[in-house]
Amino acid sequence: MTKNRPKLTIGVTGLNAIDSPGPGVAVIRGLREAESFDCRIIGLSYESLEPGIYMHHLVDKTYQIPYPSAGTEALMQRLQYIQQKEKMDVIIPNFDAELFSFMRLSGTLRSMGINTFLPENEQFEARQKVNLYNFGKEHGISVPPAKVIYTLGEAQNIDKDFDWPLVVKGKYYDASLAYNPEQVRSAFNKISAKWGLPIIIQKFIHGSEYNVTGLGDGQGNTLAAVPMRKQYITDKGKAWGGISIADEKAIELTRHFVKASRWRGPFELELMMDKEGQYHLLEINPRMPAWIYLAVGVGQNIPEAVARLAMGWPVKPFEHYEVGKMFVRYSWDMIVDISEFETISTQGEL
Amino acid sequence: MKIKSNIAISDNGFVFNPVTGESFTANPTGLEIMNQMRRGASAPQIVETLCNMFQVEPTQAERDLQDFIEMMRQYHLLTYDEE
Repeated sequence: MTKNRPKLTIGVTGLNAIDSPGPGVAVIRGLREAESFDCRIIGLSYESLEPGIYMHHLVDKTYQIPYPSAGTEALMQRLQYIQQKEKMDVIIPNFDAELFSFMRLSGTLRSMGINTFLPENEQFEARQKVNLYNFGKEHGISVPPAKVIYTLGEAQNIDKDFDWPLVVKGKYYDASLAYNPEQVRSAFNKISAKWGLPIIIQKFIHGSEYNVTGLGDGQGNTLAAVPMRKQYITDKGKAWGGISIADEKAIELTRHFVKASRWRGPFELELMMDKEGQYHLLEINPRMPAWIYLAVGVGQNIPEAVARLAMGWPVKPFEHYEVGKMFVRYSWDMIVDISEFETISTQGEL
Repeated sequence: MKIKSNIAISDNGFVFNPVTGESFTANPTGLEIMNQMRRGASAPQIVETLCNMFQVEPTQAERDLQDFIEMMRQYHLLTYDEE
């Protein structure tokens, strides 16, 4: 079987397997375990110390690419250079902040022979944190009320609209719980300095956190869905351990979301279950989560399915997964020669 | 009132709810109560078993049973469908 498998060259971003990890390394592990193809992995990194760059058993070659803030033209130029050398078949972007650029470039990339399977622009915008409340309202999904603010002045008297505590969120990343106006000010300044404006003020829901990762085919069909309960959460709110669960309600909500939005591509739903057992949708991440390897481990190789869809190959919906499988993350010190760091730092490739 | 059929209970008292992902550890008394409930034993039968196994007075065993059932209810381990 292995002899006749096609070989794909796949570019993957999100190699920052740090305490607030990007999904890249987990995605690559799924691709490496694909049953339907072999692959050569091209890492696409932003910084010289992203651990995935040095994981040579997973990543064959890494190229640095420009930050999204440099614009799509700079990214395109860099990808043209990489494509000349590597002949990539697929790129799987794994950061929220870079997705817009890749979505915008997808047509040009296709003409270069690089395939992607990404959300449509309208879907991408609808799930933005600033639009999520209206998205939920439109599709009958409970989303905690939120207010988008651009200045601290708009945060004054915020307690007229929200009870304490409330959640202060960044446009792309970061969230802080605030118990008083002073904490709102502090979180606003801290998060806006890092991620820009606007800031989202959201009602806090008491409860337990659940996540679902899945895959939509763009026609309203759910091809994969694995719900997970976080068991161990870091101070950055990231799951350091989690367990697959058999929650039909979470899966139904996922199917409803995919059908309503005709979602195209992988995603992660962040859910909060309140004391009454009702789910509230906190966020829709338009990409695979850092814990995607749990989905692979329980029988749904979503990274493989994403690569196949990008190639235009058929993908059968996953119907089962193992319940009660856990992931426990760990940190591991790699010993790296300075020459490797020097090469990626000075030449932008390793 | 029964223990939900999907709740997994291991021989050493590890309890896993596959819907919520929550897990608990029961002591030998708790494990015995759950095993008895799974076998369909009535409350008086469970009390009698506890008295025999742990050499306690019936009033003590009844109180422990009620406390444990209340705890299981709070942790959503029970179903009342077939009451």
